[in-house]
Amino acid sequence: MSDKTLSTEQAEFQAFCRAWLAENKPAPHSTPLPQAAYEVTDPSHLTYLTEWQAKCYEAGLIASDLPKNYGGHGMTGCQQIASTEVRAAGVPYFINWIGLGMAVPTLLECGTEAQKETFLPPIFSAEHIWCQGFSEPGAGSDLASLQASAVKEGDQWVINGSKVWTSLGHFAQYMLLLARQDKSDKYGGITYFLAPMDQPGITVKPIHKMTGESGFNEVFLDNAIVGDHLRVGNVGDGWKVAMATLTSERGAGVGVGAVAGESPMLVMEQVIQLAKDTRRNGRRVWDDPVWRDRIVKVYERTEASLYNGRRARIKALNGGAMRIPLQGKLTGSEISQSLHQIALGILGLKSSLYVGDENAPANGKWPLGYMNTYTGTISGGSSEIQRNILGERVLGLAKSK
Amino acid sequence: MTTPKDFGFNDDINMLKDTYAKFLLEQKTIEALRPSLSGTEDPYHGAPRQAFFDTQNWQKTVELGMHAVAIPEAQGGIGMGLVAATAIAEEIGRSALPTPLSNNLIATFLLRAADTQPAQKLLEEMAEGVSVGLALYGEDGSLEADSTDVQARDGKLVGTAWYVTDAQKCDILIVAAQTQDGVDLFRVNRQAATVSVSPDRIVDLTRDQAGVTFASSDAAPLTEQGQGANCLNNALPALLTLTAADIAGAAEWQLQATADYAKVRQQFERPIGFFQAVKHPIVDMMIAVDETRSLVYQAAAAFDFDPDDAARCAHLAKSSASDTAEFCANRSTQLHGGIGFTWEADVQVYHKRQMHSQFMFGDGIWQRERLADLL
Repeated sequence: MSDKTLSTEQAEFQAFCRAWLAENKPAPHSTPLPQAAYEVTDPSHLTYLTEWQAKCYEAGLIASDLPKNYGGHGMTGCQQIASTEVRAAGVPYFINWIGLGMAVPTLLECGTEAQKETFLPPIFSAEHIWCQGFSEPGAGSDLASLQASAVKEGDQWVINGSKVWTSLGHFAQYMLLLARQDKSDKYGGITYFLAPMDQPGITVKPIHKMTGESGFNEVFLDNAIVGDHLRVGNVGDGWKVAMATLTSERGAGVGVGAVAGESPMLVMEQVIQLAKDTRRNGRRVWDDPVWRDRIVKVYERTEASLYNGRRARIKALNGGAMRIPLQGKLTGSEISQSLHQIALGILGLKSSLYVGDENAPANGKWPLGYMNTYTGTISGGSSEIQRNILGERVLGLAKSK
Repeated sequence: MTTPKDFGFNDDINMLKDTYAKFLLEQKTIEALRPSLSGTEDPYHGAPRQAFFDTQNWQKTVELGMHAVAIPEAQGGIGMGLVAATAIAEEIGRSALPTPLSNNLIATFLLRAADTQPAQKLLEEMAEGVSVGLALYGEDGSLEADSTDVQARDGKLVGTAWYVTDAQKCDILIVAAQTQDGVDLFRVNRQAATVSVSPDRIVDLTRDQAGVTFASSDAAPLTEQGQGANCLNNALPALLTLTAADIAGAAEWQLQATADYAKVRQQFERPIGFFQAVKHPIVDMMIAVDETRSLVYQAAAAFDFDPDDAARCAHLAKSSASDTAEFCANRSTQLHGGIGFTWEADVQVYHKRQMHSQFMFGDGIWQRERLADLL
């Protein structure tokens, strides 16, 4: 299969990616990896995944289109190709998903030259793992009500407060941190920092999820110190900088590498296969017209997401630059949840068998995956908040608050 | 094979789409339709309504060349593909326009699939402005090739075709009829004395529809003997895509009209769009429209550039479109409140067009049944 719309450079790079991925696909780790990067807690998994990401970076599959002084590979129009090929290759996910998906776009948009040159290369190589310190116990959907305080002392800031739902906090070298320098100004009182995690003022405590896994944490900031040179944007501009991060988190930012493991279409194909392989009440589930209709409806929406991604880049057809990108996180997470619900339905009572049970289909992947889809529908601004944003920013409806 | 990154929407097609959209805006199509909806007589009772047909609009459409975009150059057309026709169909839907253009675009692809000398001859006539209607359905309205109730014997047609849109507007009818070798497509002069058009009273105010009875009507075959079903099947992706495009255009109108209303209508001292019970379903309309639009463009591109994948993509597009039609019609009326339920509100006109389009060439469930067979 060749794509005639690619330039010679792109076509050569696509061929290179395919050959490289086929040749370098790592042997599986001796114990199964969790389903996503944000659930990794085993240090041997971390080592395995860090090595894999570094190798992909070296090969040019990460930061393909970025300039060389930022650690990029200086190509043009190649990142999209690399990301597509990575997602299609059935290889492990990139461990540093917050670094790649959030820190990089934020730094590119709002960071100083020194910050870009210092921080970007070790993100690409996974030498520095990043986490995100936005949410607090009292600041979820209403993120700007956050209370962690930042007090300037000389050329550094002293931070006090606590952060929650901090994925990868237990491994991270740096945190994207929002803290309040002014209690009297809700939005203008927030400043954005790059906080080093390895210091006495920071304590990380794991939180256990409904799945039984950990992976995210509560982080206590007790006179933590952050140098003023690690501030992103001006004092009081933290909310604006945070919007750049969140835009990327919600799938609307510039990409520097695939962050997810399996593509939605790959999971879709697995569900169709599951329906063909599962017999109940004397026939294949796939031969039950009610199930077929449910499955194919989600297939239709998965395909639509794919072509939405293509249409978003076409000015004449996208209905405005942000209209489709801002839908990405909402529809992606809801489609994934429906798909997993369907997988459980196909399995019927077998779906009760969970991770660790020797009879569990695919080692309990489907019930585990189903529960984990709530990460998608809740984190990074819940689906309800996404609908507010879309209604207000795209359709111009009155702000709900 | 893959489809182009821009779905084949090159500069020419974007310009074509803009030209037609501007033309329709100037024509104030809904206002033009309004007088046909007013009057003392209840339009759903009494004698069946005369079909609204803005002949001037149609003439200008022909002058602009919109009717001929997909007619091959050899037959006097512009020689573009389904991408161009889809761009136009979307604008027709956005304007809820009663026009023979929709069926003429569809007929173009049927005749291209027939690929016979008589079919080419009819394409030549269409390029000159002759308009064509489609008589493909039997009473059950299904698309199975053998569902037509019309019989062909010795060059004459006998029987009744159901749900014939534009029957009051067109010059020529393309008729699916049973022969000894299966189904064939025939051309019949709509104005012939043996052809009687009996208008249906339909919900949709923007289309006309009729039962057409053939009493031994002269008919000339358009397809090779016994090839009608094949021809329909080969053209089906185009039929589905064009209908889905019409729905996408109308649904985008419904979305914008509903969002606009939620900005101006005040209750509890606020615009109702402030309330999440109103805001969120409007966002859901947008999500539905965007999914449908992307699938429609992909279906058009597949037909022109990746024919092996055209059927799958077209079923996807119409599956999505049928559900979007139902959902956006439902929400647009509900969120307009009492005013949306009145005759005066334009949302009712679009609502009824969508109710009709939803079932044309198969609803979502039928599309998904077909899709499942391809997966």
